Amino acid sequence: MNSAETLSRNTILDAVRANQPAAPPMPTVPHFHTNQPADLVTTFCESVARMAGVVVTDDVPDLDSFLRAKFPDAKVICSAIPEYAGTMKPANLNHWSEASTIDVCVLRSPMGAAETGSILLSDVELQVNTLALLAHDLVVLLDPKQIVANIHDAYEHPHFKLRPYSLLMTAPSGSGDIGGIVVHPAQGAKTLTILLSPTPNASERTG
Amino acid sequence: MQVALMVPCYIDMFYPHVGIATLELLERLGVDVVYPKEQTCCGQPMANSAGMTGANFVVAETGAIVVATNEGNADLSANTPPLHICSVGIEKIIPTTESLAVFIRLLARSAIGDTITQYTSTFRGPRKGAAMHVILVDNGRSARLGMKRFWHSLKCIRCAACMNTCPVYRRSGGLSYGSTYMGPIGIIMMPTFEIRKYSELPFSSTLNGSCTNVCPVKIDIHEQIYGWREVMEENDQIQVVKKEAMRVADEVLSHPALYQVATTTLSTALEVLPHFAVYNRLNAWGKYRDVPEAARETFHEWYRNHRPKTDEVPAA
Repeated sequence: MNSAETLSRNTILDAVRANQPAAPPMPTVPHFHTNQPADLVTTFCESVARMAGVVVTDDVPDLDSFLRAKFPDAKVICSAIPEYAGTMKPANLNHWSEASTIDVCVLRSPMGAAETGSILLSDVELQVNTLALLAHDLVVLLDPKQIVANIHDAYEHPHFKLRPYSLLMTAPSGSGDIGGIVVHPAQGAKTLTILLSPTPNASERTG
Repeated sequence: MQVALMVPCYIDMFYPHVGIATLELLERLGVDVVYPKEQTCCGQPMANSAGMTGANFVVAETGAIVVATNEGNADLSANTPPLHICSVGIEKIIPTTESLAVFIRLLARSAIGDTITQYTSTFRGPRKGAAMHVILVDNGRSARLGMKRFWHSLKCIRCAACMNTCPVYRRSGGLSYGSTYMGPIGIIMMPTFEIRKYSELPFSSTLNGSCTNVCPVKIDIHEQIYGWREVMEENDQIQVVKKEAMRVADEVLSHPALYQVATTTLSTALEVLPHFAVYNRLNAWGKYRDVPEAARETFHEWYRNHRPKTDEVPAA
């Protein structure tokens, strides 16, 4: 850091210190669980539907035939999960902008939030962050046991303190109007389909 | 030859005349031009070597910047190029990830009427091989922090609820404010950046208080607007014409009889006065607008004629 940068930083910090109003003690943030829904999965599905996303609650025994039936025109299917090959893997991309060539991208999210219908995706699950933005259709697997009640619970996930990039994604890309679905958005995923599917390792352990 | 015209968002929104000129030029050259209406993004963000974003919040505890968008445009700019530059005001810094949950809830509900935006992202650092820079902007904010009466405006989370509820903003729109920050919050922010340029802004309000009612972070917006009027008066920032007009208004409005004569005479006067007498330098309001046609009978006159027995106000 050069001296000019230090100087302007100190000027700002000194001015803030001189003018800082007396602060009250930091309040304890409650988790607002008084209205906790009885069934988190049902609430999660309703919240996703409200933002124009889709949740598949039925068991999907064969992911490949499910994807072929749902996206018959898809040529490039990128799989970021170990249990499915797809037509390519994120590691095959040379540049992050090449994610725009992907028709369908399959991911697994480590957490969902019932209140908002959000799923968590970080650089761990995405591997290439632009998958969540440039792939046309997203299919995200989520273990129903990993659904938390609300946004306060969601921000307790360690990703937010440890990972460089953590995205709370709620339904496909939208526009800035009420409901976000009146104007066709220019960027981001066109559809988001969430499959409720237990984590393979977890089921092996319990079974 | 048939040519499909692509008009990128920047031209579409800010310089449509460039698009029109391009279309006319091609047409004049005999080219068969079509304009596909489904077009959206030109894809420029994917080819850029640097991406710039702002931030809705910065978390002190983790050094994270938090961006909330509907389209995912900030995520695209930040993630695709190898360099991410984030420019953010110092008042956006909040203490912890725990408190971020509170602010995300407030922002989404007041901004879009939903529980969250589609892409709500946290950037703590660059990906491997890339760089991320955060520029913390002061630009008068630390000075505002020292203004006892006005520092609360630094709590603003830019949800725009005050604009959506404001009866003036809803009619006039954002451009008429002539400033980066528009609507009620713009009125109390802009004078802190440039007092002279925005000396008239605090008067563009009816002081109805709707903005204060809806503000999720409880900024006393309409009281600050009134406060800024006093500051302008104290600092002699009010134009002479406006001052004289206000002096006359004060005289007329504090005498009911005088007010009634004035309104009745004005209605008649507007019908007979020549154009130059109504639209001149003294009528700043009429510079860009037509004065509406006055009614033949004022409400005062109608009331006197239709409710002759009930117009006595009981003495206080």
